[in-house]
Amino acid sequence: MNILSGNRPGALPLTLLLIVVVGCLALAPFLFPGTRALDTAAKICIFILLAASYDLTLGYGGIVSFAHTMFFGLGAYGVALMLDHLGRGWLPMIGGAAAGAAAAAALAFVIALFSLRVRAIFFAMITLAVASAMAVLVSQLSGLTGGEDGLNYQIPRELTPAFRIGKLFDVTVNGKILNYYLVFAGCTVLFLLLLRIVSSPFGRVLEAIRENDFRAEAIGYPVLRYRAAATCISAAVAALAGALYAIWLRYVGPGTTLSMEIMIDILLMVVIGGMGTMYGAILGATLFVLAQTYLQDLMGAGAEALSAVPLAARLLDPDRWLLWLGVLFILSVYFFPTGVVGRLRAMAARSARST
Amino acid sequence: MSDILTLEGVHADIAQYHILQGVDLSVPEGSVTMLLGRNGVGKTTTLRTVMGLWQAHRGRILLGGQDITRLPTPRIARAGVGFVPEDMGIFSDLTVAENLTLAAVSGPIDSARLDWLLDAFPPLRTFWGMPAGNLSGGQKQMLSVGRAVIEERRLYLIDEPSKGLAPAIVTTLARALKQLKAQGASILLVEQNFSLARALGDHAVVMDDGRTIWAGPMAELAADAALQERLMGLSMEAHG
Amino acid sequence: MSAAPEHAPTFTRAGLGQRLTPWLPALLVPLIILAGFVLIGSVSSWLTLTVAGLAMGMMLFVMASGMTLVFGLMDVINFGHGAFISVGAFVGVTVLLWLAPLAAAGSVPANLAAMGAAILGAMLATGAMGWAFERVVVRPVYGAHLKQILVTMGGLIVAEQLIYVIWGPQEIYILRPEALKGAVTFLGAAIEKYRLVAVGIGLVLFLAMRLVLTRTRIGLLVRAGVENGEMVRALGYRIDRVFIGVFMAGSALAGLGGVMWALYAQLITAHMGNELMVTVFIVVIIGGLGSVEGCFLGALLVALTQNYVAFLAPKLALVSTIALMVVILMWRPQGMMPVAKAK
Repeated sequence: MNILSGNRPGALPLTLLLIVVVGCLALAPFLFPGTRALDTAAKICIFILLAASYDLTLGYGGIVSFAHTMFFGLGAYGVALMLDHLGRGWLPMIGGAAAGAAAAAALAFVIALFSLRVRAIFFAMITLAVASAMAVLVSQLSGLTGGEDGLNYQIPRELTPAFRIGKLFDVTVNGKILNYYLVFAGCTVLFLLLLRIVSSPFGRVLEAIRENDFRAEAIGYPVLRYRAAATCISAAVAALAGALYAIWLRYVGPGTTLSMEIMIDILLMVVIGGMGTMYGAILGATLFVLAQTYLQDLMGAGAEALSAVPLAARLLDPDRWLLWLGVLFILSVYFFPTGVVGRLRAMAARSARST
Repeated sequence: MSDILTLEGVHADIAQYHILQGVDLSVPEGSVTMLLGRNGVGKTTTLRTVMGLWQAHRGRILLGGQDITRLPTPRIARAGVGFVPEDMGIFSDLTVAENLTLAAVSGPIDSARLDWLLDAFPPLRTFWGMPAGNLSGGQKQMLSVGRAVIEERRLYLIDEPSKGLAPAIVTTLARALKQLKAQGASILLVEQNFSLARALGDHAVVMDDGRTIWAGPMAELAADAALQERLMGLSMEAHG
Repeated sequence: MSAAPEHAPTFTRAGLGQRLTPWLPALLVPLIILAGFVLIGSVSSWLTLTVAGLAMGMMLFVMASGMTLVFGLMDVINFGHGAFISVGAFVGVTVLLWLAPLAAAGSVPANLAAMGAAILGAMLATGAMGWAFERVVVRPVYGAHLKQILVTMGGLIVAEQLIYVIWGPQEIYILRPEALKGAVTFLGAAIEKYRLVAVGIGLVLFLAMRLVLTRTRIGLLVRAGVENGEMVRALGYRIDRVFIGVFMAGSALAGLGGVMWALYAQLITAHMGNELMVTVFIVVIIGGLGSVEGCFLGALLVALTQNYVAFLAPKLALVSTIALMVVILMWRPQGMMPVAKAK
């Protein structure tokens, strides 16, 4: 299990669940043909990576950042701007992703220096302020960024449906599927990298700081430097996730990459999946994106059934799905702060003890 | 003579550390009991546990026969306990007057009592309207003691009032505490300054490693250098 | 009498400059107004912008003051504070719509009664909501900052969604009471009446808060509790009651700010509170967490800067606020008026 850096999921049900999720994602183009399903699968991959990178600061570092979508957006806009201005091509695409990641890391570094020095709680407030300012700035600088409308651009032809390769298991393999596998491979590699980071001595120190920063400082660890490094890595990975998203969608806009709603989505994914577990990001993001797509249908049916009871019907209105996730989120923080992953592990540990 | 305060086999933890491991002591009514011992043996923790600022997880604490072990701190204070913490606990943003006003929990300050207090600690009169944060260390200690004694309480818990203060101020404090004692107050006093301890104390309780290891008349301890050496690892005479 | 150095109080040694240092930030407000005058050049535009900035600043102060007090006293950062702003606005507007005949009447007392009822309703609703929020959401997570941020954020999501459930998803337009419509002209500048009222409410509130904090026993308890809650308990006061009182008051203030903002923008949405929170956070940070005076100055600085910059370079308004924050934090990393904390 060297590929997992010795960090196994643990409980058997958890392992099985993860294998199912990853297996489905790996074979998505063949298991679930169709544009909408493939879009959902790609979105899940990208949000898994995004949530995992957020878990590095939130779960392992114990730092709450509200600027994660800003970093995500930097990567996306990096790719978009390069492709838009330099024209379609592999070099601008890769260069854009790299530039976005570098900018994200640099910005994260500056914010960390400013706010983590005083109190960790400052960081939450300052990231919120900076991220909002950035979102406004992007929508105002419409000459450069396309403003609220965002940017459409061309990606290398090999990644578009126009590029046909042949047939496999009755499915036409085209550039779109190649594009999906680019996303999948990118997310997998980066996720494994994050797993390696949290399993390394660096990750352990980070957790020690989260548990007791005073003590870690006293033992001699430069707390600020560790926290700043974690934020930078997390920001860079988020930017790369954003770059993949931009490549997949062939479009960026404030609504898809920078909005506060996405920030809250990521928060929900990590907390419900399980903070400080990395695998929680996989389950959290999958559950969330599926809920976003399918819970609403379910609630619509419920609302219809209860249409005679006025307030109940409105509580179950499909547009109110976030209400229920919000309640679930609060309950998660109180009663199972280690999320779904923590629950599954605890259950497995209990049954192992009783046998 | 009955006891105003009794601790029976009190244990208390701070975080994962077991600080108090069986404290037994009593403070007879109308007397001054000195709580002695080396640094870090749990004297401050004992006072804070009596105040309910740390929870005793074993044993009993009685105030005038009433069990206060599980009472919340404000109830203990209102039951008639005046507390001078180790760090003085001054509200530096508030003026001297406001600090004292807050300390008089049962209503307006009694003017005779205030006169006595301001005569005992003249700087408090001088800086009456000034923020307490601007006071010197000694003046802050006077204010901290002043807050505890601004109303008559059944028991005073005073933690190292002379710590780090100039001799002249220690003299002022000692004089005030003597006057308090003359009024018949019951005091549990943590003090490292031996001459002060000898001058004020009726009884002494010595702690080591979170336990009480000796209790008896202050005069007996003061007269026996060998006993001091054995209990506290040093002769207090040398420091007196 | 002893001449020991301890007897000399520190403030007799401090020079005038040293004593003034803590109040230096107060000079920034006139300074920025002056800078605005120089850069804008036209007296009437400058006057309009200054009054607009002061009005906005007062509203920000009303919203932020509760939050900074709650933080100072309880060490709780309430990310759900924005929900109280929104709820206050919705309740206030609902009351005002009920009382539409009063608000539209030609008589000033009737108008003011309608507005007073709206404010009262909003503050009662958000105060009660604050009580529930403290009990249910915040109390279990005292002392755990990470959980606090997450849980209060969750509270914000739920509260925002509940607004949709109760009031529906549409934004609501609202007209000001008759007497507060229109503008007065002064030195060639048109100044909206409502802005003057907002400045008045904000000033009265600031003075009232200062009065309560310095002249009443409750105020003394709050200020003492900000510095050392443990000692307040050891003196015999139940600080948990002070906590809940301040939390309710802070929530009610957010509600008041919500109503004021609703009548200023004349349009309310469920996420208006969350949008305002960005600026409120900046105000609280640059003011110094826990300081009411700092919050007041911070609110005025942020609002004036935003208004002047919006006139001079419209696209940079929000960015200018961030720049202001960066500059102030470089000068004083703890904010302009940091509050002494015992622990």
